Amino acid sequence: MRCGVVVFPGSNCDHDVYHVLKHVLGQETSFLWHADTSLAGVDLVVLPGGFSYGDYLRAGAMAALSPLVAAVRRHAEAGGLVLGICNGFQVLLETGLLPGAMRRNRDLRFLCRDVYLRVERDDLPFTRGYEKGEVLRLPIAHAEGHYEDTEENLDRLEAAGQVVFRYVSPRGEASRMVDPAWNPNGSARAIAGVANERGNVLGMMPHPERAAEQVMGSTDGLALFAGAVGLGAEALEMAR
Amino acid sequence: MKATVTVYPRREILDPQGKAIREALGRIGFTGVEDVRAGKSFEIELAGEDREAAGRVLEEMCRKLLANPVVEDYSIDLGGRAGAGGAP
Repeated sequence: MRCGVVVFPGSNCDHDVYHVLKHVLGQETSFLWHADTSLAGVDLVVLPGGFSYGDYLRAGAMAALSPLVAAVRRHAEAGGLVLGICNGFQVLLETGLLPGAMRRNRDLRFLCRDVYLRVERDDLPFTRGYEKGEVLRLPIAHAEGHYEDTEENLDRLEAAGQVVFRYVSPRGEASRMVDPAWNPNGSARAIAGVANERGNVLGMMPHPERAAEQVMGSTDGLALFAGAVGLGAEALEMAR
Repeated sequence: MKATVTVYPRREILDPQGKAIREALGRIGFTGVEDVRAGKSFEIELAGEDREAAGRVLEEMCRKLLANPVVEDYSIDLGGRAGAGGAP
């Protein structure tokens, strides 16, 4: 599959994502510059983490208006795959391609640590390598990851099955949703990742690209990329 | 024409920054502070003198970029005539 990794001024996880797609999974991968107007025919677009445009105004707000993101919007609306990680998720929220908004973390601190996530959907291209209910350990690194929306919109999101990942305890319990130990940024309903209704656009705060090789301490994130590019279980095992 | 746009977190949404500032004010002896909301302010110079048109353009600026309506409200001050938006 042809994959494109978007580079904004201030992106800093672009090379990590490129490495995983290109070298770990062997996909044809290129960088896409924010000022360009075309996606150069890629099938999967990844908006990586970082501080696009220095997080001016609000995280993701300036990047959402860049020329390339207009092309990303058309790609998403045509059913193309779009993955936003961390700052990339914030950009997708600012474009309106995904519902909700990000606020400062509950404790106002930048958090850099591992979290536990429960997979809530295993029928999306991004999550077909997992099983529903599976618990993953992935790193987070953000200051504005407190997912927020109105109660009404959150109800709608849950009913439509758009919550894809939730912060949970290591055993997968979400009942203590407000326990700071397991929901580090205070996200509404412990939401860590959401998809659009169609399921072709996914945004998530944790970094699967930082948990994609044994040398990184965890390979829990690799199946997400493998699923997105259409690799089956056997190919995933080879890559691991 | 000079306008001031103020953007602040919506009332019903927790503002951890405002809360931290309120607590800090209490610690240095300012008692009786019941609530603090921390927001941003923009001073905008506009060409032309048509206040009606300016108000409309500023509204649109707020909706499209200056504020995120999911979590923020805004108010527009065109010098004397203040308008507010973003609240349902």
